[in-house]
Amino acid sequence: MEMVKLTIDNKHIEVPKGTTIHKAAKQVGIEVPTLCYMDLGDLKIEHKPGGCRVCVVEVEGRRNLAPSCSTEVTEGMVVKTHSIRVLNARRTVMELLLSDHPKECLTCAKSGNCDLQNMAIKMGIREIHNQDISEMSTYRMDFSPAIIRDMNKCIMCRRCETMCNDFQTVGALSAINRGFMSVVAPAFEMDLEDSVCTYCGQCVAVCPTGALTEVDHTRRLIRDLSNPSKTLVVQTAPAVRAALGEMFDLPAGTLVTGKMVSALRTLGFKYIFDTDFSADLTIMEEGTEMLDRLTRHLNGDKSVRLPILTSCCPGWVNFFESQFIDMLEIPSTARSPQQMFGSIAKTYFADKIKVKREDLIVVSIMPCLAKKYECTRDEFKVGGNPDVDYSVSTRELAHLIKQANIDFHSLPDEEFDLPLGASSGAGVIFGTTGGVIEAAVRTAYELFTNKKLERLDFKELRGMEGIREATIDFNGLPVKIGIAHGLGNARKLLEDIRSGKSSYHAIEIMACPGGCIGGGGQPLHHGKFDILKKRMAAIYREDASKPIRKSHENPYIIKLYEEFLGKPLSERSHKLLHTHYVDKSKKIIYI
Amino acid sequence: MADYKIHLLVCGGTGCKSSESLILADRLRNEIGNQGLSDVAQVVGTGCFGFCDKGPIVKIIPGNTFYTLVKPADAKEIVEEHVVKGRKVSRLLYKDPKTEKIITEPDGMEFYKKQVRIVLRNCGVIDPENIQEYISRDGYAALGKVLTTMTPEETIAVIKKSGLRGRGGAGFPTGLKWEITRQSPGPEKYVVCNADEGDPGAFMDRSVLEGDPHSVIEAMAINGYCTGASKGLVYIRAEYPLAVERLKTAIKQAREYGFLGDDIFGTSFSFDISIRYGAGAFVCGEETALIHSMEGHRGEPTMKPPFPSVKGYLGKPTNVNNVETFASIPVIINKGYEWYSSIGTEKSKGTKVFALAGKVNNVGLIEVPIGITLREVIYEIGGGIKNGKKFKGVQIGGPSGGCLTTKHLDTPIDYETLIAAGAMMGSGGMIIMDEDDCMVDVAKYFLDFTVDESCGKCTPCRVGNKRMHELLINITKGNGTPEDIDRLINLGNVIKDTSLCMLGQSAPNPVLSILDNFREEYQAHIQDKKCPSGVCKDLMIYEIVPENCVGCTACARACPVGAITGERKEIHRIDPSLCIKCGACMDRCKFNAVIVN
Repeated sequence: MEMVKLTIDNKHIEVPKGTTIHKAAKQVGIEVPTLCYMDLGDLKIEHKPGGCRVCVVEVEGRRNLAPSCSTEVTEGMVVKTHSIRVLNARRTVMELLLSDHPKECLTCAKSGNCDLQNMAIKMGIREIHNQDISEMSTYRMDFSPAIIRDMNKCIMCRRCETMCNDFQTVGALSAINRGFMSVVAPAFEMDLEDSVCTYCGQCVAVCPTGALTEVDHTRRLIRDLSNPSKTLVVQTAPAVRAALGEMFDLPAGTLVTGKMVSALRTLGFKYIFDTDFSADLTIMEEGTEMLDRLTRHLNGDKSVRLPILTSCCPGWVNFFESQFIDMLEIPSTARSPQQMFGSIAKTYFADKIKVKREDLIVVSIMPCLAKKYECTRDEFKVGGNPDVDYSVSTRELAHLIKQANIDFHSLPDEEFDLPLGASSGAGVIFGTTGGVIEAAVRTAYELFTNKKLERLDFKELRGMEGIREATIDFNGLPVKIGIAHGLGNARKLLEDIRSGKSSYHAIEIMACPGGCIGGGGQPLHHGKFDILKKRMAAIYREDASKPIRKSHENPYIIKLYEEFLGKPLSERSHKLLHTHYVDKSKKIIYI
Repeated sequence: MADYKIHLLVCGGTGCKSSESLILADRLRNEIGNQGLSDVAQVVGTGCFGFCDKGPIVKIIPGNTFYTLVKPADAKEIVEEHVVKGRKVSRLLYKDPKTEKIITEPDGMEFYKKQVRIVLRNCGVIDPENIQEYISRDGYAALGKVLTTMTPEETIAVIKKSGLRGRGGAGFPTGLKWEITRQSPGPEKYVVCNADEGDPGAFMDRSVLEGDPHSVIEAMAINGYCTGASKGLVYIRAEYPLAVERLKTAIKQAREYGFLGDDIFGTSFSFDISIRYGAGAFVCGEETALIHSMEGHRGEPTMKPPFPSVKGYLGKPTNVNNVETFASIPVIINKGYEWYSSIGTEKSKGTKVFALAGKVNNVGLIEVPIGITLREVIYEIGGGIKNGKKFKGVQIGGPSGGCLTTKHLDTPIDYETLIAAGAMMGSGGMIIMDEDDCMVDVAKYFLDFTVDESCGKCTPCRVGNKRMHELLINITKGNGTPEDIDRLINLGNVIKDTSLCMLGQSAPNPVLSILDNFREEYQAHIQDKKCPSGVCKDLMIYEIVPENCVGCTACARACPVGAITGERKEIHRIDPSLCIKCGACMDRCKFNAVIVN
């Protein structure tokens, strides 16, 4: 490998050819400030448009300043990262950014967590010149069920575009107009909810300012919690317990299940249940469906299509409903764990505690923004009353806990309530990519072969690569499994199916990087993708520590079928736990 | 085939066309037909003659008679007198304003004397829609010579030795660019002609494409041979519909004659050209933005390196050159590099086409050897400042350039000296300004343009230029402060230092250059709240001189906003808070009682 020698701030360093000044500087302990730059590490995308110009440095012999994030080192280069020329330029660039930014930090959802604010603090900006004659670039607010766009706060870093177009390949966002009035918007400036947006929230996850935020239900939740005539039920997604601690300065990957339950109880929820329970339920339904389709296909039934695709991710469901309408009969008809929970809670459980459907409020704590939209789907309402009333993100829960003056660190570890709080390890691993299909395999194997599984950990299904595959031996029958996380990777597998090239029997798809642990509602990673790996490890740790690790062995699931549902895919199961998909492509204007 | 004895060349450049030159040409044809001389006298629509101030132009050969300001109604007389009887129509001949003498041939005119028309060699001579006329003037001979007797390396060496530099503005050595593209690994490579010509007031490239499109086609094919590309693309702005049509016709004819397509000149070299259209963005004249626009992406510039010669269109090595650069190539091949490099200065060889505009008598398109002085251009070729006013400055390089003043009049114009003087060659726009031009307003005008055309990708250009513009507007309104000048200088320097592409990097140039050369005008606007040239409306106060006013009420009746009060036969008064500075009162007053302060 060809090496290059250079000097940065009088420090000598040798790096491989092709390294950028910014990365080289980091190796000698110099952190040149950046704003639009984002290295997505394992996702194999490096976003370096060189647009913000905050990371500029002085290079001897070069006429102008160089953007360190996107300039490669050359032999003998002499770089200065904080000469007065650089400091003046960086400060002027920041002042320009702030001059076209609303001055409402005090009431902004991103205050305290904003990259622009942090940069202004770091640089000690104390004055914004000529505000009386400075025009501001303005744009209308855009409210959707899950994401709020406030383009007045956009600094044109274009991270959202890269995530949406290059990583997710959804294509909902692009820069439009020109110059001072340029802005990022959906095609033809339509509202987000009319576009192909799947609400995966990855744009929100990477936005450095308050331009992209989630719809916040905290105030509604506080009102509901203090309403004596309502019974508050909460379900928590598996990915939340692996990340909530980060909002309280605990290291990434700390499992806080017990404290999370305790906090929810302190907040005033009557029943603290676990989405992991309904994840087990999803396995029962989807696993049975999978086996049913697999055996019929193997017996030559031409009306059955394979592969079967998982359907618990609402961002992913929106994706295929808007861009793959020719394949609407391939995904499993099973609802997501969030929705199965709501459906069971407002029927089976409501009966048990003798509370009417309308007096029950089911709230979900999710790492996800698309879940906020999923609650509002008409298919998931009975007589206009939604199975899940609304969904609250991990971030919102943390804010609520802080508002309630709860000292998270000193909370004791508490247990979920029963019956809907009991779960197996298979339910927990839903929170990570590969987890849903591993959970399904644990159950499907035993149901199909009638043999006991020798090993429960299917490490071949785990990992961070965007597309993975493995063949699991079902006692002589090789079952080929595909896994994708990130919608761009999902698209590749779907196109293979469309063209007839796909040989998988079952595919698990998650819209977010790493699966739900990387969801749009999780604590912001600010570009440190390492955090996702730690959360993933935490999920598998929780699974390994559970006494029951297979969904079909969860006694409360067994009881639910005995008492209420009968068996998987029964008529009642179909009505409450399955769904159909809708052609959303007509919402898109074709020219 | 008709045996023409006399040819009437009618200028079909867009300037003359908008003054009905095509209608004139038709009338001439009609009149010739009426005289039964359709097989003897040919009317040819040509490209731009360059002497736009005096258009529409009709040149009659043999005899080289140059008629100016010709109207369609003159057609009859021209045919009857000149074509039939051989008598020149003296009222249509050019009269030198200095000597008052009539000059019948262009070579005798001050406008043309010092010009060396190389790029424009065929403009005003041939019919651009007839490939045979191009061929008859050594057209495609260079391509033939290169393909059949020279190797790519030999050809590149000729271009390098000629000293030709890119005429788009940056002045990069053309031969070197061709060499780098050749050295980049293939097999897929592209040749791109940048015909986006976005500078306001610039029409050099347009004139070449309208008047001699084959010169560009031939050069692109030569480039393809040298670099290893088999596909050429012309990115032409959609605002040039005539140039697009002429180019399309030329490409079609070139294909018919085998100069484009497979196995050109019987060799194994194949080359073809397609056209791509701009969509109204100046920034797409920047080569990386141009390439992204052609790829179907948003026309935003990206980092260089990698340079297009290494990684360009669709990620392949791409040679991007300007129209004028390409138009110089065939003649360099035909006449040799020694000839070409004998013209110009030590570091800047050859000629440059300029669009001479502004307050000069002879506005139009000129081509001069590099190294000519400003004084020669303005006072000889340009015929001096209009209406006998005083020269103040010349903006060279358009919105990216700077202002030269009286102290630069004897500066030889070449790439290096212009940069040293705080300006730049640019693509060839040259705007002359006189004592009645407000330099602060000129700076504001250019920033107006760059603010509108900025793509918006990088902070310094998107926000910085906007903020500079606001400061200038503020100053022209009379609200400027002395700190504003320091602020303009710092902002300008930071924008130059940090912008991603040359649009942003050069946008502050007019402002900074004008600040440098005309600081006192800024100070007058800021400190005295006055515009010395009387241009900035907000600083003008219309007043009635009591001594001259007779109270006729004409001004009061002319005022559209009722700002003037006064009784009949009594001194009138203008209310400054209502006055919109339209000047209607001044126009109406017969007693010189209205003045502007």
